[in-house]
Amino acid sequence: MAQMTMIQAITDAMRTELKNDENVLVYGEDVGLNGGVFRATEGLQKEFGEDRVFDTPLAESGIGGMSIGLALTGFRPVPEIQFFGFVYETMDAINGQMARYRYRSGGTRPMPITVRSPFGGGVHTPELHADSLEGLMTQQPGLKVVIPSNPYDAKGLLIQSIRDNDPVIFLEHMKLYRSFREEVPEEEYTIELGKAEVKREGKDVTLVAYGAMVHTALKASEELEKDGIEAEVIDLRTVAPIDYETIIESVQKTNRAVVLQEAQKQAGVAAQIVSEIQEKAILHLEAPVLRVTAPDTVYPFSQAEQVWLPNHNDIVEKVNRVMNF
Amino acid sequence: MKRILENIESQFEMFQILNEKGEVVNEDAMPDLSDEDLKEIMRRMVYTRILDQRSIALNRQGRLGFYAPTAGQEASQLGSHFALEKEDFILPGYRDVPQLIWHGLPLYQAFLFSRGHFHGNQMPEGVNAVSPQIIIGAQITQAAGVGLGYKKRGQEAVAITYTGDGGASQGDFYEGINFAGAFGAQTIFVVQNNQFAISVPVEQQSAARTIAQKAVAAGIEGIQVDGMDVLAVYAATKEARERAISGDGPTLIETMTYRYGPHTMAGDDPTRYRTEETDNEWEAKDPIVRFRTFLENKGLWSEEEENEVIDKAKEEVKAAIKKADEQPKQKVTDLMDIMYEELPAFLKEQREEYQEKESK
Repeated sequence: MAQMTMIQAITDAMRTELKNDENVLVYGEDVGLNGGVFRATEGLQKEFGEDRVFDTPLAESGIGGMSIGLALTGFRPVPEIQFFGFVYETMDAINGQMARYRYRSGGTRPMPITVRSPFGGGVHTPELHADSLEGLMTQQPGLKVVIPSNPYDAKGLLIQSIRDNDPVIFLEHMKLYRSFREEVPEEEYTIELGKAEVKREGKDVTLVAYGAMVHTALKASEELEKDGIEAEVIDLRTVAPIDYETIIESVQKTNRAVVLQEAQKQAGVAAQIVSEIQEKAILHLEAPVLRVTAPDTVYPFSQAEQVWLPNHNDIVEKVNRVMNF
Repeated sequence: MKRILENIESQFEMFQILNEKGEVVNEDAMPDLSDEDLKEIMRRMVYTRILDQRSIALNRQGRLGFYAPTAGQEASQLGSHFALEKEDFILPGYRDVPQLIWHGLPLYQAFLFSRGHFHGNQMPEGVNAVSPQIIIGAQITQAAGVGLGYKKRGQEAVAITYTGDGGASQGDFYEGINFAGAFGAQTIFVVQNNQFAISVPVEQQSAARTIAQKAVAAGIEGIQVDGMDVLAVYAATKEARERAISGDGPTLIETMTYRYGPHTMAGDDPTRYRTEETDNEWEAKDPIVRFRTFLENKGLWSEEEENEVIDKAKEEVKAAIKKADEQPKQKVTDLMDIMYEELPAFLKEQREEYQEKESK
């Protein structure tokens, strides 16, 4: 076992699949020689050659469309969108085309593409780098959306995403890239998409989170424990499809839930989960299901982001409200 | 200072082999086609013209759905297609159903595509193509990818994609030709310049005198071809194909053509934006009339032969419509089954609801 950061685990996953399957191609802006702006593809071009790991011209729509063409000729593309805020440039290629190809071809043209991209707030980026845009993608039928919260999951989920025969949007929270290391097996392993993990068991309230908010939730649970409140923390790992079974099972036990996301409040993953909880478990609820989210503005200039981003105090406050309802 | 733009534009002269009277004006460029090939090209153009007329009639009777008329563009569509091989991959625009049919899509499936039935989009095994693209330009970046895929696999095949003059204004057009150039993709980009993007004339799409010259900015070959001259379109495409598979990069081909009919059968009225004079001017260049004269002068074509093709086309259309009518109705549950490789739990739940709804 090796100690790895999340970015190292991600590189390791790509290396594993480049080795396993000659149809895997890794490319994007600065992905080749430079190894990516975050070094996610560090050393891969040297190891696997310029034919399989390469730089592209600076055009996201072109990257998206080209990925479809490569998939049509039997490749398994792993393109990178340098920052997920740039996805707007390629929304047609991903949502309008890639996501619909299996369907529009009557099931004959699968799109085994994994679009990797960094996102997430708290690292003082310029505009359109930090936005949590997963909600835009989860509304699109045909896409799977994966957001790991730690190095171990990142490797297993990325290998599984690359092997998946449907398009996967694999979102990597920038703040988690190098924030901590953990033990990650050097050998290959996979984590099933669409399966959540209970990170912490508790009987009083369910906290549903994904990405960096999993850590915020865990921090809040420690605070809550001091007040004798035992929170159960669920890491979704995949936000499309969502593992409702694990959520409902937990809510049936705790009877209370708070759903967390770094994205703005309206029409996001959290809203979807709240709906599902009330549809499937309303008689188990002792309090309304609340959300902890960012406010409904565009992502702020970086001087305001620390206040804008939801933090563990916001979670504690919302949990206290559902406990005292 | 040198006037670069003028110099470049003046080099994009329209390539022609047969003039409007059916006379060979460019003997050196005459492609190496057998008499039987020449006759086959004629058969395909006549057949496709009849198919277009029948499709328009069927649409008016309410027996077809979405349909984009093709008359006038036969030389552009079929001349370019005739230069392809079975292993070449077609990424068509919505007016490019004829190329799919000649590439192997059964006629009844083309009708199902028009009717909005998903079987119309299922290319039979071995037919290297995808169904017609609706988003103008989206197919262009995809074609760069297919052409790159073929290059990576060392395959002697090309990707060919079709769009119109309006499509050449899309960002994806520039990204597609630029990517293809940068990667040396085995791709041919055909822009059928039929002079109007629905109602907007090509002069309003761009300040460029030709669309072909846009190739220069991408560093690839570009050529403007008389799109009413099937031999010129064939020759240009054949050359582009050879260039692509020999590793010399992609080509942009602009074919100068005209659609005689409306944009689609969904209520477009060309008299709002085109004059009768312009219509007549283009009909005088008709690809079938011109090629017929050429073949007749060579003693290769007769009225009987043409009538045989017309009768065959009519019969096959009739049979294909009958077969399309016999297909099982499309269900929502069928669509749910092809959204993902495996049905996810949330969709399974919804599927049960629809299965019940559809069994009523």
